[in-house]
Amino acid sequence: MRKSHPVRRVVLTAAATVSGIVLLLSLKPASGPGAAQAAGGAAPQQSAAAQESPQGGARAAGTGTVTGKVVKTQYGPVQVRITVRDGKITKAEAVQAPEGGLSSQKTATAVPKLNQEAVAAQSAQIDAVSGATYTSTGYRQSLQSALDQAGG
Amino acid sequence: MGTVFSFDVRGGEPGAVRAALDEAVAGLHRVNEVFSTYREDSQVSRLARGEIDVGDCDPEVAEVLELAAEAERVSDGWFSPRYRGRLDPTGIVKGWAAERAARAIAAAGASGVSVNGGGDVQLLGTPEPHRPWRVGVSDPLRPGGLAAVVSAAGVSELAVATSGTAERGAHIVDPRTGRSAVTDLVAVTVVAPRLTWADCWATAAFAMGSRQGLRWLESLPDVEALLITAGDEVRCTGGLAARLG
Repeated sequence: MRKSHPVRRVVLTAAATVSGIVLLLSLKPASGPGAAQAAGGAAPQQSAAAQESPQGGARAAGTGTVTGKVVKTQYGPVQVRITVRDGKITKAEAVQAPEGGLSSQKTATAVPKLNQEAVAAQSAQIDAVSGATYTSTGYRQSLQSALDQAGG
Repeated sequence: MGTVFSFDVRGGEPGAVRAALDEAVAGLHRVNEVFSTYREDSQVSRLARGEIDVGDCDPEVAEVLELAAEAERVSDGWFSPRYRGRLDPTGIVKGWAAERAARAIAAAGASGVSVNGGGDVQLLGTPEPHRPWRVGVSDPLRPGGLAAVVSAAGVSELAVATSGTAERGAHIVDPRTGRSAVTDLVAVTVVAPRLTWADCWATAAFAMGSRQGLRWLESLPDVEALLITAGDEVRCTGGLAARLG
């Protein structure tokens, strides 16, 4: 490709994923020795989001609806519910998301985005996503906790 | 840093890898304690107030400040470890810490490591014997979509870092003016072997804007990049295509 050539967009509708999800799903065959999500530190108001415990273990896939723990983010509490069928996420929704002011704007864009990502995570061969941050981070972590429950 | 780090670790002897993972997580918390500018009592805060010298700090502080000084040199001042004249190496700490964590886990024997620090990813090895790590780049203008997929095929280490306004609003400051960077870009994704640099270069190029940013990124060895403008134009360095897929 020539320099500065506008690259053709690789538009993958809803083919994004969340590393946290793939993280756990990829462990299900019990191949990986460990995986963890950890808050690598936080501003004081965010310390509640610092779930340090590395959650490694591979777990059996389940079927059902599970609701993740409430995760506090910089913009407010975030809680996620996912529907799992035969170990695959078929639906993800936010049951609690920040409201008011700037947070609402962020939520409006970040949450629907992740809903699609979560659902599509199974089909996309992607291990991580570059570009996501705070609100999505809390969401991701909550989804992680929902997945853990689904597997348990 | 107010950021979640996700680890995806494959292979190796489980006990050793687990221990390295635990240590890496503890290390990130320590980094936060030492470097946080939100904590009045962190070493960096005290250093910024002139209460202590670099020599009084953990050795990592000197290391990071040296790296930051190099980033400032290479970027001709567009990357700066100061905010409004006050020491603030936050812009380099996250990438540096994530890269360090990934390397420590790999050194313990893991065959594949992916560490995602708030959207900036360091990849080492492979997730499976015949499959490379693949990282989706969020499309800042199409929520839920990907602007590209970067593959680490053929290389043992690769980092993907994105700077932009999509989710955090204007948070990149033009070091020359001290105000939010005036830029035609909404996101810059840099692909390079080391996350420490990829993160800095993405930030610097974002502040430069698309023309200068692309030209500058093109001049850096082993660096490829994808730049997306507010007008939805996608521009990339000449070698990026080889990293897509």
